[in-house]
Amino acid sequence: MNISRFKALGEGLLVPVAVLLLWQVACSAGWVNPMVLPSPAAVAARWWSYLAPLEAYDPATESWIAWIFSGELIHDSLASLSRVVMGFAVGAGLALPLGLFMGTSDSIYRYVNPLMQLLRPIPPIAYIPLSILWFGLGNAPAVFLIAIGAFFPVLMNTIAGVRHVDSIYIRAARSLGASRLTIFRRVILPAATPYILSGARIGIGTAFIVVIVAEMIAVNNGLGFRILEAREYFWSDKIIAGMLTIGLIGLAIDLAVSRLNNHLLRWHRGLES
Amino acid sequence: MPIAAPLAASPAPSAAALADAARPHIVVSGVDKRFVIPGGEIVALKDIDLTINEGEFVCLLGPSGCGKSTLLNAIAGFSAPTTGTITVDGRAVKDPGPDRGMVFQEYALFPWMTVAQNIAFGLEIKGMSRAQIEPKVNELLAMLKLAEFRDRFPKDLSGGMRQRVAIARVLALDSPVMLMDEPFGALDALTRRSLQDELIRIWSATGKTIVFVTHSIEESIYLADRIVVLTYRPGTIKRDIKVELPRPRDSASTAFNELKRELSALVTAEQHRFEEVEVKGLTTD
Repeated sequence: MNISRFKALGEGLLVPVAVLLLWQVACSAGWVNPMVLPSPAAVAARWWSYLAPLEAYDPATESWIAWIFSGELIHDSLASLSRVVMGFAVGAGLALPLGLFMGTSDSIYRYVNPLMQLLRPIPPIAYIPLSILWFGLGNAPAVFLIAIGAFFPVLMNTIAGVRHVDSIYIRAARSLGASRLTIFRRVILPAATPYILSGARIGIGTAFIVVIVAEMIAVNNGLGFRILEAREYFWSDKIIAGMLTIGLIGLAIDLAVSRLNNHLLRWHRGLES
Repeated sequence: MPIAAPLAASPAPSAAALADAARPHIVVSGVDKRFVIPGGEIVALKDIDLTINEGEFVCLLGPSGCGKSTLLNAIAGFSAPTTGTITVDGRAVKDPGPDRGMVFQEYALFPWMTVAQNIAFGLEIKGMSRAQIEPKVNELLAMLKLAEFRDRFPKDLSGGMRQRVAIARVLALDSPVMLMDEPFGALDALTRRSLQDELIRIWSATGKTIVFVTHSIEESIYLADRIVVLTYRPGTIKRDIKVELPRPRDSASTAFNELKRELSALVTAEQHRFEEVEVKGLTTD
């Protein structure tokens, strides 16, 4: 058991380590211009200084916790994350009720679906000019763009989830005397959660993509802003450090959401059904 | 002593033949059920007249497509008959309701609820308080030997266990009628027999009226007071047979097997018609 886990870990690390080594060798040997591709060691050093507090610890002005988190990287990450959370909350918060209505009512579906199908293929990025026109610069257009990115995956999956509820559950609930409202709350909603949650997972992924783009355009902090800013100074090591951070945060979010889904869906058969 | 007394040779048993001290509980009269399909119509049920008395255990028996499940669904209130009426306790059936508990072949347990929550669901709908629900659920868990599974989800239970939960869920409502649509059809033979015994025990203890759909001749003889054999399309009542074997029934006894032979002839004839029509349908399509 443990041995096979170590083996899996070793196999998983083999290719990344080899790539890193090759990369380092290429840089140390001077095969590439360090301005174009800095060495992994340089990226790591830059990542560390990006992460570390900017000023020396001064107990008089701040607590040590605040000091630990005073680095630029942490501020940027928190700024990006808070935009993802806000944008996702707005997008999913609108998509969920609309999806539930569209899934349960055929007439609402018939009226609203054509518009949704028309808007859905427009990538969130295409809303950038309009969002700046409407909201100016700052957090508002960023949250708007992220909300659009999160909206459609949650909407489509919620509709599908509600429409795919096995009719036998509804028949069973009716024969137990459940009212329409009870059936909706206690049967349709939980039966649709696997779909809704997978929509939410896709939505968060999209939100995370959009936040980087939005930050490159509308705001002056956050990971997306920082890597674009680093380009202006030719800090390619900082660009790569920022990109790696984006990757790590994205991975962490996806793992957390998937853990949460597994907990919420512990009743679900999973692959079997 | 006659072991099987046909109530009527004609498809519809007359009311007079059934009139005794027993009180009619479910009355199906003049029921037709037609389904419109592309290019025609299926007559699933035709001229069904059936009176089921209080406390009776009735099996609806027949091959696939004979309309036995359609009839059960009509009694349950899931789909109204095209013509005719169905009354339960004198009231016309319009909708499904907790006075007619339904047990499905597919169990239809709510997979997001634990065993205990599934059983409690109907009681919550009734508006009972936690304090009232708790002892009732515990009693049912004990009755159906589910106590140690109370916090499991349905996906972690075997088919037999799931069907016990489904039965407990219906029993929780104290409905006078229990409708069962091939409830043991998907179970292995041993589990099936133990659930059949369980059902008989519950039925004798509660005095419910049970309508049980099956295509198993053996099962119908093992369980029922009365077996109603349906014909294949249109579904009509072919025979209505009272089973007077003493309980518990011995499926190896001569009397059991005589009845089995008799029913087998009736059902096989319908099965042949079913096969003829299905094969013809396949070749002409």
